Amino acid sequence: MTVLSDLDSPTSLPGGASSSGRSGPARTGALVRGLRTSAPVLPFLAYVIVVLGVPTAAIVNYAFRSNAGHFTWQNLHSILSGGQYRAGFETSLKLALVTAIVPGVLGTFIAYAISTSQHAPFKRITSATSGVLAQFGGVNLAFMFIASFGFVGVATKWLNAIGVDPWSHGFDLYKFWGVAFVYMYFQIPLMVLIITPAFAGLRPAWREAAENLGASRWRYWRHVGVPVLTPAILGSMFLLFGSGFSAYATAEALTAGTVAITPIQIGAILQGNVIAGENNIAYALAFAMIVILLVTVIGYVLLRRRTSRWLR
Amino acid sequence: MASLEFGTLVADPSTIDQPFESDTPVTRRRRRIRWGRGVILFLAALYFIVPFYASMAFSLQKPTGGFSLTPLTQIASAPGFLSALWLSTQLAVITMVLVVLLMVPTVIYVHLRMPRFRRVMEVITILPIIIPPIAYSVGVLESAPAWLRSSQYLLAIVYVILAMPYVYRSLDSGLGALDLKTLVEASRSLGSSWVSTIWRVLVPNLRSALMSASVLTIALVFGEFTIANVDNWTTIPVWIYLAPTDNPRVNTLVAMIALLATCLVLTLIVSLDRSVTYNTDADSRRKQ
Repeated sequence: MTVLSDLDSPTSLPGGASSSGRSGPARTGALVRGLRTSAPVLPFLAYVIVVLGVPTAAIVNYAFRSNAGHFTWQNLHSILSGGQYRAGFETSLKLALVTAIVPGVLGTFIAYAISTSQHAPFKRITSATSGVLAQFGGVNLAFMFIASFGFVGVATKWLNAIGVDPWSHGFDLYKFWGVAFVYMYFQIPLMVLIITPAFAGLRPAWREAAENLGASRWRYWRHVGVPVLTPAILGSMFLLFGSGFSAYATAEALTAGTVAITPIQIGAILQGNVIAGENNIAYALAFAMIVILLVTVIGYVLLRRRTSRWLR
Repeated sequence: MASLEFGTLVADPSTIDQPFESDTPVTRRRRRIRWGRGVILFLAALYFIVPFYASMAFSLQKPTGGFSLTPLTQIASAPGFLSALWLSTQLAVITMVLVVLLMVPTVIYVHLRMPRFRRVMEVITILPIIIPPIAYSVGVLESAPAWLRSSQYLLAIVYVILAMPYVYRSLDSGLGALDLKTLVEASRSLGSSWVSTIWRVLVPNLRSALMSASVLTIALVFGEFTIANVDNWTTIPVWIYLAPTDNPRVNTLVAMIALLATCLVLTLIVSLDRSVTYNTDADSRRKQ
């Protein structure tokens, strides 16, 4: 998370690389010198521009082009005005929201439970485990859940043995809530991982001060703990939202593409499972996803700035 | 403290004792917290351990009960598995070589001569994490020239971009821990060329950073599903997903092995360098 904090620095504009902004006779000399100094990083820059920059620019460009190549709002309009792609976006946003808020809250409690522990090895093990579990995801995670909570899964059988049958009570691993249930497996550890430093920043002196002033436990949390932690918790939820919104592999492998979220729809277009001539729709969907993620990241950066006022 | 003041004022032994009395609810409260913590952690542990154990049981249990390791022997003969493994291995090696050749000299140079450029590098290398892989794959597949699009090596070229964030951060913190200037000046003034300075002085000093960078790259290539799937190349994760399902236990077993390998890899990195791992753990979450 240390990385994202640098996004808001003013010096991060690419223009800062070579000192070409000067005027007067020194300008050409400075430009040449700047180029010579930066020559060794040119292969890296060229690679990034060709392999990352060009495709991204293509997304932005073709999202606004008709099949004939003219500028148009039609692609964006047709995915936002209604139909399956609009519905896909709504499902995606709902999924991202659910898998940001529920694991966000649960992860906060778990992180608090861990951080109040007096047992140092336990803390170390849980933080390492969260790091590992936050990496889980994709096909492997989907198969793990199919094997355990699928219709004939092992854990389903265990539940049946004690008289609980989740599948006959509306549980369906391959529908929306099933996907959300599986996403929790990497979202909760991710939340624990990024919120734990905030608990460490909650200084014992504040609690002692509140207690000495006669505050109850409830009043301490109401007036000190929660207000101080809120930006950190919200910011972390923004990151969880981004992670849930862009996830593709887990949902695709779990539901074989039947839960119509935007990433799965994009995948279907790319694999040619839909009528031809919809390529520009794929661009528009990708463009809209990037815009939503940019907004998420900006929200995270702003909240992080607020967080750093109290917590370091 | 207020009650203590009050007690001395009244000079009554029973009121002086008051703070001790008021301690009792506090300890009771503390005990309640500990109990609540136990419940929370127990439920969390249950949620994370049950699927793991259950799918191990699913893939290794015999229909008659009891565990058997025979499914392990069926993996290699499963149709398509070996070619998927070969493809993933090739991609991992190519990606690793490319990303190391591209990043190591660049990051060293930036640390040495262009410290201000580090900000730019940080922003550039965060982009692959922000842009969703599925959206990125649209741009890649639709803008790549046809000859490249039909080649599996397109994946390696793209994976270099996906690996950059982790490789950059490993190298950046590895270099930050070195007295780079002294090392380079000493090596150069003893007459070695730039290439041999990098190869014989810096690389040995960066061993643990390079190690974790390459291990993360390999893990990334072996785990990447999105782009491989939409580009219709059967790498290991795509094989797990698409393989003929006459024996789903084998697929699940391979998935479990992949997950265990992820655990192993990350534990390895933790033991290699704590500071490096802290960054990478927090950042590499976009894989899902």
